[in-house]
Amino acid sequence: MQQAVKDTFNQGAARANAAYQMGRRRFTVDPITRLEGHGKIDIYLDEKGDVERAYMQVPELRGFEVFSLGRPAEDMPQITSRICGVCPTAHHMAATKCLDDLYQVEPTSAGRKIRELVYNTFMLEDHALHFFVLGGPDFVVGPEAPPAERNIVGVIGKVGLEAGKKVIGTRKRLRELITYFGGKVVHPVLGLPGGVSKALDPADLPKFQQLAKDGVEFAEWTLQVFKDIVLKNPDYVKMITSDAFTHKTCYMGTVDEQNRVNFYDGKLRVVDCTGKEIYKFHPRQYREFVAEHVEPWSYMKFTFLKPRGWNGFVEGPESSIYAVAPLARLNAADGMATPKAQAAYEEFYQILGGKPVHHTLATHWARVIEMIQAAETMEKLLNDPEITSPDVRRVPTAVPKEGIGVVEAPRGTLFHHYQTDERGCITMANMIVATANNASRIAMSVERAAKALIKGGKVTEGLLNKVEMAFRAYDPCLGCATHSLPGHLPLRVKIYDHHRQLVEELRQD
Amino acid sequence: MPKPKVAFYWCASCGGCEETVVDLAEDILGVVEKVDIVLWPVAMDFKYKDIEAMPDKSIVATLLNGAIRSTEQEEMARLLRRKSVYMIAYGACAHLGGIPGLANQFSREQLLKFVYEDAPSVVNEQKTRPQTKSPDNGREPTLPALHNVVRSLDQVVDVDYYVPGCPPTPKITKAAVTALLENRLPPKGSVIAPDIALCDECPRKATKPTNVSFTEFKRPHQKLMDPALCFLAQGIVCMGPATRSGCEAACTCGGMPCTGCFGPTSRVRDQGLKIMSSLAANVAPKDEGEIQKVLAGIPDPIGTFYRYGLAKSLVRRRVDLPPR
Repeated sequence: MQQAVKDTFNQGAARANAAYQMGRRRFTVDPITRLEGHGKIDIYLDEKGDVERAYMQVPELRGFEVFSLGRPAEDMPQITSRICGVCPTAHHMAATKCLDDLYQVEPTSAGRKIRELVYNTFMLEDHALHFFVLGGPDFVVGPEAPPAERNIVGVIGKVGLEAGKKVIGTRKRLRELITYFGGKVVHPVLGLPGGVSKALDPADLPKFQQLAKDGVEFAEWTLQVFKDIVLKNPDYVKMITSDAFTHKTCYMGTVDEQNRVNFYDGKLRVVDCTGKEIYKFHPRQYREFVAEHVEPWSYMKFTFLKPRGWNGFVEGPESSIYAVAPLARLNAADGMATPKAQAAYEEFYQILGGKPVHHTLATHWARVIEMIQAAETMEKLLNDPEITSPDVRRVPTAVPKEGIGVVEAPRGTLFHHYQTDERGCITMANMIVATANNASRIAMSVERAAKALIKGGKVTEGLLNKVEMAFRAYDPCLGCATHSLPGHLPLRVKIYDHHRQLVEELRQD
Repeated sequence: MPKPKVAFYWCASCGGCEETVVDLAEDILGVVEKVDIVLWPVAMDFKYKDIEAMPDKSIVATLLNGAIRSTEQEEMARLLRRKSVYMIAYGACAHLGGIPGLANQFSREQLLKFVYEDAPSVVNEQKTRPQTKSPDNGREPTLPALHNVVRSLDQVVDVDYYVPGCPPTPKITKAAVTALLENRLPPKGSVIAPDIALCDECPRKATKPTNVSFTEFKRPHQKLMDPALCFLAQGIVCMGPATRSGCEAACTCGGMPCTGCFGPTSRVRDQGLKIMSSLAANVAPKDEGEIQKVLAGIPDPIGTFYRYGLAKSLVRRRVDLPPR
C-alpha cells in the first residue's frame, strides 16, 4: 500500500516536472526563432561548463527534386533558379549546362561566350555583395564593433561615401548587364540547350566594354581595401591564422586544362590537406567521388568524398570532408587564369606561408582575388569580336536521356543531374548545392569556435559574432542548402547546461 | 506626427523578393525616411515579443513574401495580420503560392524518401531521416515538422493588397509603397499592377496574330526563335495573354516567352484555365487523334499553365492530399 502511494506520488511529481519543463520550453522557444530562414545552433555544455557538442542545424526543406518530376527539361533553368533568389544565375547556368549534356549539344561559340560573360559578371557582383555587405563588415568595420554598425552603412562610414557610391553603382551596372541578356537579374531566362536566347547588339557593346574596364579597376581597388584594412592590422591577421578558425580538410574546385581556376567549366579537382591532388574527374563522374550523408538533426545533407567513406566530422589526413568556394578553389588549382588575379594569387600564398591555406577566414581574401579574375575575364570576352555574333544557339537533335551540369557558384561547386523520358520530361532530378558541399566543414567550424569561446559556462559577449564569423566566411546560403530557405542567414544560438536546461539564447536576424 | 510603421516579413521564399527590395534601396531612400520599419528579419534585429506587445492595427502595412507551409509561418502571418491595418502579399509565392506550390502535386513522403534515401548521391544504408526530435546521448536537438501542402497567403489570413511577380519589379514595388504612403490605395483586394494583359506592354505586340491557328506547339529549345515576332505566332506557348502586365515584358525582352508570374488580371479567376481554353480553342485539327498530336507539344500542362499559381488555382493540390 505504502509503495503504491509512493508510486502515485512519484508519477504525479514526474508529470508536474515534465509540465514545468514543457512550460519552460514554451516560454523560451520564441516562435520567431524557429521559422524557416533561420540557421539554428544548439550548444550543449558539460558539467564544467565547457562545450560538449554544438549542432549546426537547418530546419527546413522544400523538395525541388521531387516537384521537378514531369517538367519539360528546358524549364529547369527557370524552375531551379527559384531555389535561391540570391544566386539564381548559378542554378540557371548549372541547369543550362545540364541541358547541353542531356541533349548532347555543344553551344555555339558565341553562345558559350555570352554564357561565360553573364556568369563572370554574376560572380563579380555577387562576390562584391558578400565582401561589402554580408561578410566584409566584420573586418572593414571590425568584429568588436556594435552590431548596429556592422553593416553596409558602417562600411561606407569607414571607406567613405564616394567609395560606398562606387560599390553600389558598380553592382548596379553589373546587374544591368545580366538583365540585358537574362531579361531579369533575379531569375534570368537566357539559358537553353545549345546556347542562349539573346545575342548582343553591337550598338550596346561599348558601354559594356567600359563596364568591364571599370570592373577590373573596381576589383583591384577592393583588393587594396582588403590589404589596407585587414592585412595592415596585426590583430586581424592573428585572428585569421588562429586555431579557432583553421581546419585541415580536403578542397574541391573546377579547373581548366592548365589546372587554373575556372568558374564556368572544366574538370573537378580535389586536393588533400597537404595540397596533393587526389582526384581529378569529369563532372559526369560525380557519383563516383561525391556522396551525401544524412544526420537526423538537420534537413541539410552532409557531402563527403565517396572513395574515402563517411568518417564523421574529422579533419586531417584521413578526412573525407572537403570544402568548396573561393579558398577551396584556389587551394585545388595551380593558379588563376588571368594575369592580375595570378599576381594576387601568388602574393596570397606567399604571405600565408604556402599551399594549401587552411584558415577559413582567408576565404574573404580569396574571394577578392576571384573578383579580379571575373572582371578580367569579362574584359577579355567583351573584346572578343565574336561576342556580338548573332549565332548564339544551336538547336538540339538528339533524343534526351541523362545530363549532368556543374558550375562553380560563388559559394562553391554546384551539381545538377537530370534523367528524362524520350520527350525530355524529367524522371529524376538530383542537385548538390554549393553550401551542402561545405556543410560538414561549416558544422566543424561552428563547433570549434564555440569550444574556443565558451569556457566554464561563461558565454562571452563576442560569442555570437565570432561564431557567426566562423561560418559567414563560407558565405553560406541555406536557401540553397535545403532548396528551401531564403538566401540570407539570420541565426539563433541556444545554449544548454549539463542538465539539458536552456541557459541562454542569442539571436541575430 | 509619428512616422507610419511598416513591416517586411518572409515565409517560404527564395530571397529573390528581398533582393528586389535591396535593389530598390537607392530609389526608395526617400520613402524609407518617411516610415518606421518595425520588422525586417534580413536587415534588423527584433523580438517576437515586441511585435506581440504592440497594439492591434498599430503597423500600417506588412509586406509579406513567401508561401505558407509551416505552423510558424502561419502563426506569424496571423500575428502580423492582427497588428497591421493592411496586409500586403508581396511576390508570386505570397500572392499565388509560387513555384514552391508545384509541390502540391506530390506527397511529403515522396519528397523525404527521394531526398534522404533514393537520390543517386545519397549513401544512407540505415535510412536515417531528419527527426523532429533526435535524442543523442542525453541531448535532444529538435527540428520543425514539414506540412503537407503549400498555401498562398490569402488562404491563411485576410489579405488587403497584392504586389505580383517573381520577383516583383522595383518599379511596381515603389508604386505600391508610394500609393500606401500617399493614401491613394485602390479598392481592397486589388493587385497593385496594371489590370491589363502582358501583351499590352510587350514589344512584340504588333506581330500578335488576331486569328491564330495551331497546327503544332514547339517548345522553346526545339527551334530558333525570331527575336521580334510574337511567340504565339511562332507556335510557342506564351502566358502573356492570360497574365497581368507590369513587368515591362522582361522575359520576352530576354528572348523567352512569358511564364505567367504576375498571375491573372482581375477579370480572370483561373489563369491556367484561361490560357488553356484560349489555346485549345485555336487548335487547328478537329479530330481527336490529330488534336492529341498537337497537344503533345505541351507535355506538362500543370507546370506550363500553373507554374506560379497552382496553390491558388481551382486545382490547388493533388486530390488525395490533406488541405494543409
